[in-house]
Amino acid sequence: MTVTAPYRPDPPAGRDGFVPVLRAEWTKFRTVRGWVAGVVVAAMVTVLFGILVASGVHCASGPFPGRPVELPCSAPLGPGGEAVDDRFFFVHRPLDGDGSVTARLTSLTGITTFPPPDHHPVVPRVVPWAKAGVIIKAGTERGSAYTAMMITGSHGARMQSGFTSDVAGPPGGVSAASPRWVRLTRSGGTITGYESADGTRWTEVGTARLAGPARAGLFVASPCDLSVYQGTFGGVGAACRFTQATAVFDQVTVRGAPPGGWGRTRVGDTGQRTDWELYHRPAGVQESAGTFTVTGSGDMAPLRAGEHVTVEWALAGVPIGLVVIAVVAVGFISAEYRRGLIRTTLLATPRRGRTLAAKAVVAGTVTFAAGLAATGVAIPIGTRILRAGGAVVLPVGALTEVRVAVGTAALMAVVAVLALGLGALLRRGGAAVAVVIATVVLPEVLAKASILPDGMARWLLRVTPAAGFAIRQSVPEYPQVIGYYAPVLGYYPLAPWAGFAVLCGYAALVLGLATARLRRRDA
Amino acid sequence: MTDACVVVNGLRKRFGPTIALDGMSFGVRPGLVTGFAGPNGAGKSTTMRVILGLDAADEGTALIGGRPYRDLRRPLCQVGSLLDASALQPGRTARDHLMWLARSQGLGARRVDAVIEQVGLRTAARRRAGGLSLGMRQRLGIAAALLGDPPVLIMDEPFNGMDPEGIIWIRALLRSLAAEGRAVLVSSHLMSELQDTADHVVVAGRGRVIADASVARLLETASGRRATLEEAYLELTRDAAGFRAAGAPEAAL
Repeated sequence: MTVTAPYRPDPPAGRDGFVPVLRAEWTKFRTVRGWVAGVVVAAMVTVLFGILVASGVHCASGPFPGRPVELPCSAPLGPGGEAVDDRFFFVHRPLDGDGSVTARLTSLTGITTFPPPDHHPVVPRVVPWAKAGVIIKAGTERGSAYTAMMITGSHGARMQSGFTSDVAGPPGGVSAASPRWVRLTRSGGTITGYESADGTRWTEVGTARLAGPARAGLFVASPCDLSVYQGTFGGVGAACRFTQATAVFDQVTVRGAPPGGWGRTRVGDTGQRTDWELYHRPAGVQESAGTFTVTGSGDMAPLRAGEHVTVEWALAGVPIGLVVIAVVAVGFISAEYRRGLIRTTLLATPRRGRTLAAKAVVAGTVTFAAGLAATGVAIPIGTRILRAGGAVVLPVGALTEVRVAVGTAALMAVVAVLALGLGALLRRGGAAVAVVIATVVLPEVLAKASILPDGMARWLLRVTPAAGFAIRQSVPEYPQVIGYYAPVLGYYPLAPWAGFAVLCGYAALVLGLATARLRRRDA
Repeated sequence: MTDACVVVNGLRKRFGPTIALDGMSFGVRPGLVTGFAGPNGAGKSTTMRVILGLDAADEGTALIGGRPYRDLRRPLCQVGSLLDASALQPGRTARDHLMWLARSQGLGARRVDAVIEQVGLRTAARRRAGGLSLGMRQRLGIAAALLGDPPVLIMDEPFNGMDPEGIIWIRALLRSLAAEGRAVLVSSHLMSELQDTADHVVVAGRGRVIADASVARLLETASGRRATLEEAYLELTRDAAGFRAAGAPEAAL
């Protein structure tokens, strides 16, 4: 035996810690052509499918759209930039400066056509959000700014302004025995709304800003009556039926208006008339001895998704892109198990939690970058195609659009991390991909495709990782606006960031379990 | 055993009802090629995996320079190992395989190219691992083991799949690595491979060490007619089986 001095190499330069592990995992990822190609394909599929969906949408100008993808061709914008519905009957006088409008409501009645379940032709009924009261509006054009103090069918007194703001006042309805007083005063551009039961003791409901020349007076609106029915093949359908409300006002005073008569405007008149309006009672006003009987239909409200196209239609390809992402992210770890390469990995980086974390960072970052490229291309191109097809894409603020684009990229990144964690936990690629598809992609697709009953769709989008898709929802629900806020129309049961947090929770849980298993088990 | 770089002490491990390691203890000293021999199922691979921190032992310790593998910082710079040369991502090139290993230790491309040169893989470096022959994979595995210029090398069956030329090359390489003062542990189920390579042999049987001696001593303690290590080994393992059957506690030289 030769006696040799133990080998003592020069300590090599370089760092210890998380960064080398991260660089190793990044090198691993970028040196497998199939994975890089997979991420590129995922981004391309996301964009192309979105464009395909956008290309199939056309508006229809007729009153009876034949197909669900045929949508109204135009919509006015409200003062906040959102697309709005602005239809009601308006009895008005000019109010250019300070002043007030006051009226007493003694009756609010109405009709509903073809209501379920028995579909009698017409029944006397005031819909819950029928509204009558006083209003100051910047003009009679659709979409112009307004503030209104109103009594509703069954939501009491409200002060609403700017199409999205709604403040509740004292509850209760209107009858001859218990009339309601409403008042708006304007002073230096600030409007204050009041309600009173007797015309002497007033309750302030709220304030709003509205400066400049305006019209002040009485209004009546009655939104269509929504009914949701079970579809033949599961899923649901929705129909919104014509309604009309009639309010009786007296003791009407407008202070600050120049002398003259009343203007009468059917705001947002399309020229179309229902049979009820043609043969029974048209919208309008009858005045006799200071008593105004005003009849109207419609609503002052932001437009809803489903009835109109939203930005996220351009992101319809995301669930498909996610399937590809899941295959790549799962493969990033399951391939190591299949080849036995996981041992080499753990020899090089024996701190197992750190190694899995580095893989998650690489998979998440790469997917986020690809996802951001996809949403950054799909949203501008998709919405341009939708608008070129004549559809009304509900406008949203820049911040919301950024949230949808960046949030969707983050959604894809977190799904990649979840898929990676499942790959590490199950160690079998096919099983892990199947779990991702079953828990992330399928609930979203089935809920959107109207295959599941509404209740189950909502439940799935709360409790499964698919809740994260809520991050794509660009327009909010408005409790004061009748609408069918269902997943099938793009309304998620959880708020955008809450849904995203559910997905993140699942990803963290799975990654934690995978780390524990990786640490405990022999490699 | 005090100067040993790798100290295996009393390892025990069961896989369900099977006893894989039953008090495995030995040391690997610097400057020597230590052969690790034994029949299939003797616990060689399990012992190596425990040394390398991949498997956890139920009892006992395996320390490298006094520390368990999992506590080593930049472990490839302290222990180079070759376990399964076929454990490769088929779509990744040989050079890229070494590249990610280098990055994990904070090493650069220059070191990668140096080991590629050292193992004679230059012409195959840009080829995908899926297209490499078993011999080339073995060279790639050895390159990975040498990447961190480690003072300790642990190789499981490095001769597997090598052509005769490759076997001669790897023998020379292992001897030169030991001559530089490195500790080299090489397992093989073929004693003939170890005879011309190892200075020292640890023979394992049924999860424990049944012989731990220099090659010269193994040959000389036996009766004169045993000219080869293989014959010594066969007799040893047969004896081990007999001892265990008789309930004798120890059989070591």
